[in-house]
Amino acid sequence: MGFEGIGASVRRKEDVRFLSGKGNYTDDINRPGQLYAVIKRADRAHAKINSINIAAASAAPGVVKVFVGDDMAADGVGGIPCGWQIHNQDGSPMAEPAHPAIATGKVRHVGDPVAVVIATTKQEARNAAELLEIDYTDLPAVAHLTDAVKPGAVEVHDGVAGNICYDWAIGDKAVIDGVFANAHKVVKLELTNNRLIPNAMEPRVALGDYDTSSGEFTLYTTSQNPHVIRLLMGAFVLHIPENKLRVFAPDVGGGFGSKIYHYAEEAIVTWAAGKLRRPVKWTADRGESFMSDAHGRDHVSTAEMAIDQEGHFLGLRITTLANMGAYLSTFAPAVPTYLYATLLSGVYKTPVIYCNVKAVFTNTVPVDAYRGAGRPEATYLLERLVDVIAYETGIDKVELRRKNFIPADAFPYQTPVALQYDSGDYQTTLRVGLKNADWDGFEARRAEAKKRGKLRGIGISTYVEACGIAPSAVVGSLGARAGLYEVAEIRVHPTGSVTVFTGTHSHGQGHETTLAQLVVDQLGVPFDQVEVVHGDTAKIPFGMGTYGSRSLAVGGSAMVKAMDKVIAKGKKIAAHLMEASVEDIEFKNNTFTVAGTDKSKTLTDISLAAYVPHNYPIEELEPGLDETAFYDPKNFTFPGGCHIAEVEIDPETGVVAMVNFTAVDDVGRVINPMIVEGQVQGGVAQGIGQALMEGCGYDADGQLTTGSFMDYTMPRANDIPNMSVATENTMCTHNPLGSKGCGEVGAIGSPPAVINAVVDALKDYGVRHLDMPATGPKLWSIIQASTPRMAAE
Amino acid sequence: MYDFTYQKPSSLADAVKVLSGDMEAKALAGGQTFIPVLKQRLNKPSTVVDLSKLGLSGITVAGDKIVIGAMTRHADIASNPDIQAKIPGLAHQASLIGDEAVRHRGTMGGSLANNDPAACYPSAILALGGTIKTDRRSIAADDFFQGMFTTALEQGEIITSIELPIPQKSAYEKFRNPASRYAIVGVFVAKHASGVRLAITGAGQGGVFRHTEMEKALSANFSPDAINGIVTPADDLNSDIHASSEYRAHLIGVVSKRAVAKAA
Ligand SMILES: Cc1cc2nc3c(=O)[nH]c(=O)nc-3n(C[C@H](O)[C@H](O)[C@H](O)COP(=O)(O)OP(=O)(O)OC[C@H]3O[C@@H](n4cnc5c(N)ncnc54)[C@H](O)[C@@H]3O)c2cc1C
Repeated sequence: MGFEGIGASVRRKEDVRFLSGKGNYTDDINRPGQLYAVIKRADRAHAKINSINIAAASAAPGVVKVFVGDDMAADGVGGIPCGWQIHNQDGSPMAEPAHPAIATGKVRHVGDPVAVVIATTKQEARNAAELLEIDYTDLPAVAHLTDAVKPGAVEVHDGVAGNICYDWAIGDKAVIDGVFANAHKVVKLELTNNRLIPNAMEPRVALGDYDTSSGEFTLYTTSQNPHVIRLLMGAFVLHIPENKLRVFAPDVGGGFGSKIYHYAEEAIVTWAAGKLRRPVKWTADRGESFMSDAHGRDHVSTAEMAIDQEGHFLGLRITTLANMGAYLSTFAPAVPTYLYATLLSGVYKTPVIYCNVKAVFTNTVPVDAYRGAGRPEATYLLERLVDVIAYETGIDKVELRRKNFIPADAFPYQTPVALQYDSGDYQTTLRVGLKNADWDGFEARRAEAKKRGKLRGIGISTYVEACGIAPSAVVGSLGARAGLYEVAEIRVHPTGSVTVFTGTHSHGQGHETTLAQLVVDQLGVPFDQVEVVHGDTAKIPFGMGTYGSRSLAVGGSAMVKAMDKVIAKGKKIAAHLMEASVEDIEFKNNTFTVAGTDKSKTLTDISLAAYVPHNYPIEELEPGLDETAFYDPKNFTFPGGCHIAEVEIDPETGVVAMVNFTAVDDVGRVINPMIVEGQVQGGVAQGIGQALMEGCGYDADGQLTTGSFMDYTMPRANDIPNMSVATENTMCTHNPLGSKGCGEVGAIGSPPAVINAVVDALKDYGVRHLDMPATGPKLWSIIQASTPRMAAE
Repeated sequence: MYDFTYQKPSSLADAVKVLSGDMEAKALAGGQTFIPVLKQRLNKPSTVVDLSKLGLSGITVAGDKIVIGAMTRHADIASNPDIQAKIPGLAHQASLIGDEAVRHRGTMGGSLANNDPAACYPSAILALGGTIKTDRRSIAADDFFQGMFTTALEQGEIITSIELPIPQKSAYEKFRNPASRYAIVGVFVAKHASGVRLAITGAGQGGVFRHTEMEKALSANFSPDAINGIVTPADDLNSDIHASSEYRAHLIGVVSKRAVAKAA
């Protein structure tokens, strides 16, 4: 056994079962007497439901029951709740239209559930679903942001005027307008952030079960946060007390945010299991995933920066339209406000910032947090704007960034948009990034590429993000309807092995390894004697799950606190056994010693004594060695860094090849460098996907034009270059680990670096900006439309 | 998928009998097109006739021809030394189809029978001037492809093998659809003693087609420069979210030149 504590690249222990087909995913779970649900979904974006004739479907072979929306409503089932309330500029709350689990009255997006058919086999349920007769009156639909806010646009929800969910702002409009009135120069950029479909490898699955003897419901589901689902579904939708509802999310094959939310299908199968007194399973097919998993991004913004003669940023003024889709998903309203606008200072000391966000309903799938959630949108906007400023002023783009950076000695740094950054060193990540990417050698590479007929470009993004979410009181004051602390229970067993019960949830991140390494480090227990348990509300204490790169910074911190409690109690037991005073007991490397003596007891000696308390200070101490700690973070954490992309464009086809990518990130304390590298690589791959390939399309009628992998372009391994991934870390100052988070940095920092590189490659063509994704045909059209400057000169 | 009966006959005659006697019966080769279609319930066959027991796979050199059994898998075509040596464009083309899994299941016969307008092989068979052999006749490539998803095959007719003349030179160049990886424009060029044939897949509204103007120029001078300035009208080309017809028209020129450069 080598070194397996903090800082060791221990191989991910969970991968053995994942890679050998032994994972226990939700669809692997089957309950006796299980029925299968198939959901009939709207094939149109907006329509009135006149009637649903279920007779033929109900009579079809194997069908046990067909339910429609009215059945759930009649049973008192509530709508799918939203977890966050944003207030308008005038102080009134956002529009929060009803979101029935199965549509009643109208359907509002392609994929909206209309009925559920439950049968003894999936095949029979499918057959019967085709026999449902739904009489619709089609209504005009609106899918795109700019169309939805046009005067006279069709209303997605009756009574939500102009489709505006909320009209929110941060900053002082009068002050920012004053800054702009007096500025030397204003640089303006209009840009979109393309809509993405998450496409986790494992489609969503929900299996509802009802135990007639105990009256307990169990929901097995593909969730990133089982307790949140239990709370939302139990309290708001099905009115099941939490003691009678267990939610279990076993192995989950990727989430990227899309499995945070409480989805209609979870409520449908749980409710149906209760009605039918039999387990009911629903498994999404891939097509359903495209039209029912919450999508990501989808912003249209106008950004303006006021600058002085030297290029110092004086003020930033932004208006953003953010697509909510047809209904509010769990976190949706928070994404374009508190996860986006509060990050608009970026790594820069811009003194005045104002941002107005209008969230807009459309006849599309709900949009919610997707890897990075709000921070990629903010980072893309800022880092594109900075490059455009460089383009317009002629100031070198690296120099422009440097001169506007928040200096390393300015931390803690209070931004004008609410956040206070605790630590960071942007000059260092930039310096190392430029060196690792051989920035200075680029022009030679460009010239060499030109000889091969290729247009080579380099792009940089210097970014910060806010994760480790989040201080409960802060988010509460901002409209969150939940706390965002985390919890851990450390159970030292009689023989000294340890089980960790964490409220976070692993769906690919490798928690079973990383969190075990914390135990190795702090308690000195061998790695293979540590088990990490997550995902089951029947086992773990009430935790908030995994998203916003919070598992280590918040969940790991809770573990540290719980282990401190274990050590403190262990010392008392050790003091008793070794007849010493507690103050003299030291704990290190799994061993309690009496300072200045050779007396010692291992953790196993102590745990055995704790569970077999024959010789034990029973008057003062309870038996057992099992401690729980809750940890509410004092602040967000602020990873940041520098991403540099290098591309080559084939001018004959417009196709972009990623040729180099360099990431230098500050993620705070690193527990497992290999896992950090993997997380950054994965995030960057998603960022490259967004920048060059991915884009969810809807036509004017609200039909999804990218409803399968035949049309939705996912990045593949051979689209991703070998990457140079490094860290230059400053410690988080307010959590015990010093860790910041690494799960989203790749997806946040990389898209603007890629687009900046594409624009740089096209610099002879007079390109100032282009929107993602930078596809071949798009670039080819641009190249066709512009005569190279050099040729014209 | 809907329920169906499954049969795996061991003689060609039996297979033809089942397929000819029942309009709703369908042949199954590698299943790489057919099974996804069944899973999406876009087809409702009464009987699925598995062709894998008919002994229709294998690659043989017969004089100046290579004969490929209809059930020969893409992976076997890509890795076959004779094909690599004699029709390198075809070996390369097969290696670009789908992914490993698709190449180890999908067959040449299945691909040709399906005649997907974005499929690769139709361009090779047409440019090579191949002959499609069936249980009842021989069909020249020029007569076989009859528009997208349409071929000269009759109800129940089974492709048994494909006969390909060995050209002097050959190459395939594929511009992939970034999502599906099928061809947006695929160009197969073959230089025969009798002249050059160049076929284009992925682009045409009517499926694979020969570019006669380019063929003429290349027959006179087999070099990329020979087709400089040949403009392909966009009118009859496909247009979709991945590529407009104008983009495809432009790509035909670029991709053809690259194919010729590779072959020359
Ligand atoms: C992910 C993916 C990517 C792909 N990418 C490409 C690509 O890049 N390029 C490309 O060209 N193709 C691609 N394909 C298609 C692939 O090449 C298929 O293998 C091929 O189109 C069909 O061959 P098959 O053997 O699988 O036939 P099947 O799917 O079994 O059959 C297809 C059709 O042909 C009929 N048929 C089959 N064999 C015969 C026969 N001998 N005689 C008469 N009728 C017959 C069947 O009845 C059916 O109607 C891809 C497929 C997938 C799933």
